[in-house]
Amino acid sequence: PSQCDSFCSQNYPLYIRSVPTENELKFHYTVHTSLDVVDEKISAMGKALVDQRELYLGLLYPTEDYKVYGYVTNSKVKFVMVVDSSNTALRDNEIRSMFRKLHNSYTDIMCNPFYNPGDRIHSRAFDTMVNSMMMQVC
Amino acid sequence: MEQGPAGASGPAAAGAGGLLLPLSETEQQRYSELFSRCCPPPEAAAGGSSVGELFRASQLPPDTLHQITEVCGAKRVGYFGPAQFYIALKLIAAAQSGFPVRIESIKNELPLPRFMALKNDTEVRYGTPAEFHGVKFQVPHATLEKNSYKRTDEGDKQEPKSPPMSPICSPPASPSTYQRIPLSYGYGKARSGLEQQHGAPYEVRHSTHQQDGPSSGNYGAKSALACSTPNRSLSVEREQQDSSTQYADDPWRITEEQRDYYINQFRSLQPDLNAFISGSVAKNFFTKSKLPIPELSHIWELSDVDCDGALTLAEFCAAFHLVVARKNGYQLPETLPETLLPEYLQAACLKPMRDCALFDSYSEPLPSSQQTRDLGRTEKSSAEEVPDNSALLQDGKKDDKQALKVSTTLKTIPKEFQHLTVKAAAQEPNALRARPRSRSYSSTSIEDAMKKGEEPPTPPPRPQKSHSRASSLDLNKIFQQNTQAVRSGWLPPPPPALPPRPSVSQTEQPSEVELHPQMNKPPSQAEENSSAKKEVVLAQPPSKPARRKLRTEAQGLETPELSPTINVTSSLPAVKPHLPVQKQSSKQKRAIQTAIRKNKEANAVLARLNSELQQQLKEVHKERIALETQLEQLRPVTVL
Repeated sequence: PSQCDSFCSQNYPLYIRSVPTENELKFHYTVHTSLDVVDEKISAMGKALVDQRELYLGLLYPTEDYKVYGYVTNSKVKFVMVVDSSNTALRDNEIRSMFRKLHNSYTDIMCNPFYNPGDRIHSRAFDTMVNSMMMQVC
Repeated sequence: MEQGPAGASGPAAAGAGGLLLPLSETEQQRYSELFSRCCPPPEAAAGGSSVGELFRASQLPPDTLHQITEVCGAKRVGYFGPAQFYIALKLIAAAQSGFPVRIESIKNELPLPRFMALKNDTEVRYGTPAEFHGVKFQVPHATLEKNSYKRTDEGDKQEPKSPPMSPICSPPASPSTYQRIPLSYGYGKARSGLEQQHGAPYEVRHSTHQQDGPSSGNYGAKSALACSTPNRSLSVEREQQDSSTQYADDPWRITEEQRDYYINQFRSLQPDLNAFISGSVAKNFFTKSKLPIPELSHIWELSDVDCDGALTLAEFCAAFHLVVARKNGYQLPETLPETLLPEYLQAACLKPMRDCALFDSYSEPLPSSQQTRDLGRTEKSSAEEVPDNSALLQDGKKDDKQALKVSTTLKTIPKEFQHLTVKAAAQEPNALRARPRSRSYSSTSIEDAMKKGEEPPTPPPRPQKSHSRASSLDLNKIFQQNTQAVRSGWLPPPPPALPPRPSVSQTEQPSEVELHPQMNKPPSQAEENSSAKKEVVLAQPPSKPARRKLRTEAQGLETPELSPTINVTSSLPAVKPHLPVQKQSSKQKRAIQTAIRKNKEANAVLARLNSELQQQLKEVHKERIALETQLEQLRPVTVL
């Protein structure tokens, strides 16, 4: 089972991490395409209803099944998570909690005055958190 | 290289000009071991520097070593062949036993030469006889926290460095923690001539504890030690490596002087000690340290434990300390060392005096030092309190701590830390983040077992920060002062709102000195600088800080608080009491005069520019008027 986390702002990734690390390119591609869908959803929303959103629960790649989940913060930073469909143990609540954790860590990064929004994220604490989270799932 | 006993004695016999040097079995073994260490095969002669290192490790005075070198014939032949080396070793043994350095003395049976060795079982070391420590401390080494910084650095680097040190490193995983303790020992002396590959531990102490066996693990540690120490740009502030206070030279532990300095800096940014420093203020402040932004970002991550984008005093101290450490070459840890945790720091801040005592108690328990007893006591009490602490601290943390404690079995900082935290009034429940106690700090805890003599109050060294702008000449001057006081000084823009005036000769008793009774500054130094600063503030010279951009922001922040700022600068000079004040003042004067001159020139230039522009303006006005009149004249024509 593989998984990929990424979050993007203005359609370029601020952070992308996948476990295991092969097929990373594929994940990159997937994430990028899913951004379109996220944008659709955002614009469709219209209101300030920016809460967790799931997207493409049913996205199936011809050769592999995987699900792509999306999440958008109120600052329009998109979190995208790609999970193997074979990982059926992963439930919606878990996804939501994972996104919440991601969001919390992201805000922590934001608190760092040395971080400029829009920079790539190099925070080690963040890496640790994401890794542990993904390990839990995989 | 032939390490057989026969081979060893052969060259020894041959080299000593026919002198048949009887070597016992153990001696032969040991010598050949040492020789191979200093001289990796297939060379025939030992490398000079590694040999020098080894000799220094014997902790004999340098002239004795010279003598030995001469006597053994290395000087004559120009290199340390096996014969010379063995003779030298024998002579070292003789010298250590108190015999004169002569060929005759080595004909006797002598104990093996003792070198500062890296040992595995540090526990034993702590209970060693005075001789061990005494010997250890003969070698002058910087006793400042720098040393501890180094050690930690080595500790941190140990893992990465161990692999490269393959022939002699056996990379032990668990022993790595306690290996670091030996680092401190061998470290001091090896400062000067460290070589990476020859960081191998030296002869184990012959008399009391023969550490054999896993000494190979130490090699790795020593190598790391060796690797990192050359990087240190620390200057030996004091030579007191004394058998007395082993100040906890954990680099991640903040000494009292450092703490005071940090507090003053905090005050300069934010007068209220209980308030926060906002993120942007802190960012500007730390950016001045010229560390790369990612590192600063990491430091912030580490120190802002509650992730609120602001720094409390404790967090600020931790961040500052990390910056200082980084500036001095230490690698940043992955997680915040315990000694830098806010609770710890707050406890320390709140009860500085108690901390003093506790810091002392953290020092290496040397037989000759009372701190030993304190430490023992503290340790015991902390050991007892461990279960109590667990209730107070986060589960994850304490588990790691306890595990580490168990593994190290040393009096470690965590124990003491827990001891402190238990006692600390302000127990900030670190609910937000359970900070995992990583090995990085376990190594530091081992460092704290390292002895370093009590350092005289020294502000943390800062890399020299100099400005190129004319307006910053004063800053340069300040930095000069501070650099003298501080070994390598980076000082964020010094406090005084206005450039200090060269009235250093005055000896107004600054009230600020009274404000900080803890700081025992040498009066003259403190007065000098503080009076200078005070004058600056009082004089309110007309020169405008507008040019001094860096100052202005500090200025605005500090104007209400003169004394702490003055204290900052005065505390720094206090560090180096022996600094000639007159030199400083004259330098100050010169710098000020230069600054004045430059400013005057700038003034003149600007004035000229101004007049020219005024001229142009007048001309343009005239033109405009002319055009308008023309327009007026023409208008009736067109209208018509």
